[in-house]
Amino acid sequence: MLDVISSGFKEAKLKFKGKATLTEENIKEATSAIRKSLLEADVEYGVTKTFIKRVQEKALGQEVTLKAGKAQSKMKVSPADHFINICQEELEGLMGPVDSELKYAVNRPTSIMMVGLQGTGKTTTTGKIASFLKNQKKRKPMLVAADIYRPAAAQQLKVLGERIGVPVFHIEGENPVVICEEAKKKAFEWECDTILYDTAGRLTIDETLMTELADIKSSTSPDNILLVCDAMMGQDAVTTAKSFDELLEISGVVMTKLDGDARGGAALSIKEVTGKPIKFLGMGEELDRLEEFRPEGLASRILGMGDVVGLMQDFERV
Amino acid sequence: AKTRGSLVDGIAGLFNQQKLDDDLLEELHERLFRADLGIDTADTLVDHIKGEFSGREQSPTWDEVRMSLKARVAGMFADSERNLNQPQEGPFVILVVGVNGVGKTTSIGKLAAHFLAQDKNVLLCAADTYRAAAIDQLQVWGDRLGCDVIKHQQGADPASVAYDGVKAAKARKSDVLLIDTAGRLHNKAELMDELAKIRRVIGKDLPEAPHETWIVVDATTGQNAFQQVEAFSQVAPLSGIVVTKLDGTAKGGVVIGVTNKFKLPIRYIGVGEQASDLREFQSSDFADSLF
Ligand SMILES: Nc1nc2c(ncn2[C@@H]2O[C@H](COP(=O)(O)OP(=O)(O)OP(=O)(O)O)[C@@H](O)[C@H]2O)c(=O)[nH]1
Ligand SMILES: Nc1nc2c(ncn2[C@@H]2O[C@H](COP(=O)(O)OP(=O)(O)OP(=O)(O)O)[C@@H](O)[C@H]2O)c(=O)[nH]1
Ligand SMILES: [Mg+2]
Ligand SMILES: [Mg+2]
Repeated sequence: MLDVISSGFKEAKLKFKGKATLTEENIKEATSAIRKSLLEADVEYGVTKTFIKRVQEKALGQEVTLKAGKAQSKMKVSPADHFINICQEELEGLMGPVDSELKYAVNRPTSIMMVGLQGTGKTTTTGKIASFLKNQKKRKPMLVAADIYRPAAAQQLKVLGERIGVPVFHIEGENPVVICEEAKKKAFEWECDTILYDTAGRLTIDETLMTELADIKSSTSPDNILLVCDAMMGQDAVTTAKSFDELLEISGVVMTKLDGDARGGAALSIKEVTGKPIKFLGMGEELDRLEEFRPEGLASRILGMGDVVGLMQDFERV
Repeated sequence: AKTRGSLVDGIAGLFNQQKLDDDLLEELHERLFRADLGIDTADTLVDHIKGEFSGREQSPTWDEVRMSLKARVAGMFADSERNLNQPQEGPFVILVVGVNGVGKTTSIGKLAAHFLAQDKNVLLCAADTYRAAAIDQLQVWGDRLGCDVIKHQQGADPASVAYDGVKAAKARKSDVLLIDTAGRLHNKAELMDELAKIRRVIGKDLPEAPHETWIVVDATTGQNAFQQVEAFSQVAPLSGIVVTKLDGTAKGGVVIGVTNKFKLPIRYIGVGEQASDLREFQSSDFADSLF
């Protein structure tokens, strides 16, 4: 899954073979290979540009140190090492910092609102997070079916609730704002300490439905609003994430379907443009296939960091 | 609804003022890329524009460039056109496949409406026995449109549901049988084997079936669409693509490269969540909405 990016690095490595310094010219060549890799990985155009610029600038700075510092004969630290190191640092910088904690309320139920485009995995992830909170955090969650549009959406959530032994609230024929408000009251009756609102998928240009989300937010004041994004997403990820964030001030992102072979460049782009942390990763359709975000994990998964580290060890042996 | 906004918003002005130099071509490349065309297709189109206009005295206007791009893209689509393999008699069986959440079940609902409008007898088959309430979802569509749904219990063998679907379609003399399958990621061997089995079983009672196998591709998908089509064609030879969610801000540009590479026609596009939100694919409209 990481071959495109790592092949970029490999190509970059070949470019440096036998050369003793990082010159403007070979840096340019290597970065153009990496640029291509990132673009093929669906990293947004602008984000890629910024990244390449940063790496170029840093690498050029390194050239001076290299020339002045290290003796030319001392081959263990190759220019390629330096170059890869710079890329690695920059990529890590883009993915972090880590903040996979949810915000918990005191003296009242904690609430989590799930939002996103159609079919990204909101309902499934709602079930997964509830299961995680129940089993790992020893909380007492309830699910709220606030999608009244998709055929059998409430039924889908009910099935998931049953599977994990968590109650599901829904009012047939009622509008989503009212359903969510009523659910808040129900939480006390059911003695639940966490409420998860599963909302319908929607397009960011659908003003009516976006307003509905804003209304749910203002009437329930959720402690967490999680944007659910599909790892296979292309360049539009940035537009989408920005629009949801501008309207709702999301607290974080869940990337789903990372069990596929998508490069997942969208994760990088979304992180970069919203500045919001990635909280969880969806790793499968089953309800236990949820992972808390770890930058090493995602970076190595998406960007080929594992391979890069491998490559660096290669360089040591050169 | 159409694909909103143009990928070339703002670039028209540049063309009308600036010379056709590397900077402007780079700008064009970026715009194309932002519509998910991918590097290769964007390169092809930029090279095309360069070849067409760079020798000329006068810089081309945006209108000229746009027409030329549209023609080139339409040519790429034309390359992969092929007729529907609709049988003279007996049910026309269409198998719908794709990764998770792209819009398979919804597209089946819309396709059913489309065929019903042609006075066809339509039968639906719920061969996604895996996802929670997937059967109920299809049943809601069946109820809405007034078509029957062949289904088993959740967790049943999807191949045997498909088998029953074909049998029922034959017995009832249905004109069209639409088979829904579970979403599956193309890198999961076991699930892909299951799909191969579904396909095989469909042909047992009706040797020509499935007559068409369509992969549904979500317009928001990036370059992974190539891997999806590649992997699905290996287990269930594909005869067409349905592109969904083109009512959003994503342009679905990846399908240009995909149709071209795999010589697969786009059959229909989805432009919303309602039964009527299905359009026959028109390459000129698609190119129009891009440029
Ligand atoms: N492989 C895989 N599939 C997933 C993952 N998360 C969700 N899915 C699948 O993606 C499809 C869509 O998931 P849903 O939870 O229904 O998505 P949604 O966002 O609620 O969809 P709408 O409510 O229609 O907008 C289903 O087939 C899920 O099983 C994941 O992490 N990996
Ligand atoms: N805006 C828009 N939404 C669509 C379109 N097609 C499907 N959807 C929505 O996308 C979501 C997923 O659609 P489904 O039909 O359930 O997708 P699927 O491929 O059957 O999903 P799985 O069976 O879980 O793999 C639903 O919310 C649909 O309403 C479309 O053309 N435009
Ligand atoms: Mg849902
Ligand atoms: Mg489905």
